[in-house]
Amino acid sequence: MGTGITIGQIQKLLGARLLCGETMLGTEVHSACGADLMSDVLAFVKEQSVLLTGLLNLQVVRTAEMMDMKCIVFVRGKVPDEAILTLAEARGIAVMSTDCRMYSACGRLYAAGLVGLE
Amino acid sequence: MSDVVKLHYDVDGDNFMAAGEASSTVKNVLKRLGFGEDLVRRAAICLYEGEINMVIHANGGTIDVSVSPQTIEMVLQDQGGGIPDIEQAMQEGFSTASDRVRDLGFGAGMGLPNMRRYADSLEISSEPGQGTRVTMTLNIAPA
Ligand SMILES: Nc1ncnc2c1ncn2[C@@H]1O[C@H](COP(=O)(O)OP(=O)(O)O)[C@@H](O)[C@H]1O
Ligand SMILES: [Mg+2]
Repeated sequence: MGTGITIGQIQKLLGARLLCGETMLGTEVHSACGADLMSDVLAFVKEQSVLLTGLLNLQVVRTAEMMDMKCIVFVRGKVPDEAILTLAEARGIAVMSTDCRMYSACGRLYAAGLVGLE
Repeated sequence: MSDVVKLHYDVDGDNFMAAGEASSTVKNVLKRLGFGEDLVRRAAICLYEGEINMVIHANGGTIDVSVSPQTIEMVLQDQGGGIPDIEQAMQEGFSTASDRVRDLGFGAGMGLPNMRRYADSLEISSEPGQGTRVTMTLNIAPA
């Protein structure tokens, strides 16, 4: 596993807007996963703490919840609606939105030490 | 914990966005019962994929979970169209989901394979036109 970075560092690296989960900015995470297909995320039982996705609906939060993820990053400037944020907040999941596209967002985080799981 | 815990949920087939509520509740119950993170996550993945399937392929159904000292058993029963060829349905990538469902992030044909991977046993019985019954069991490792 990589060295781990904080959710606050992720926000900075991606120039992202934090939409909920301010209290989690100091939480350290060690691995991430980028996907638009939720079954791809669910195929991997090992701990992955951050989900980057271009998909925008409530099932993204459900998927993150099932996987015990701590942070969701919506790429390509997508902004989730209130229902998504309310559920994420209730489940203790930080949510942010970045203008980066998927490939760039993953690349920036990977270069900073946030690895994927093979 | 020698008691058997039983949980029952009705899953609404008309509301895709509500899908996963039962799985979420079950996950929390299992966590509170003190099971290890890995077991709880495996159970949650299996049940969530099954719950999503009932909503997108079968217009809803019921979920019954029973937790005994040895096993977590999850039974999903629906009255949908059934699965004509279960072996084919089990193959990675096989899906009859609509484009609408795909746009929602499901329909990759990975649900049943994920369930088989993470349950200790998966049994499916289905008759075309008669609905589908999916039974998944996870073994609780002795403490
Ligand atoms: N409860 C069900 N009722 C009817 N058909 C089902 C049910 N569950 C699964 N199937 C069939 O099995 C196929 C494969 O399921 P799955 O592996 O979960 O992939 P997906 O849901 O992404 O299509 C589905 O596309 C569908 O044809
Ligand atoms: Mg499925």
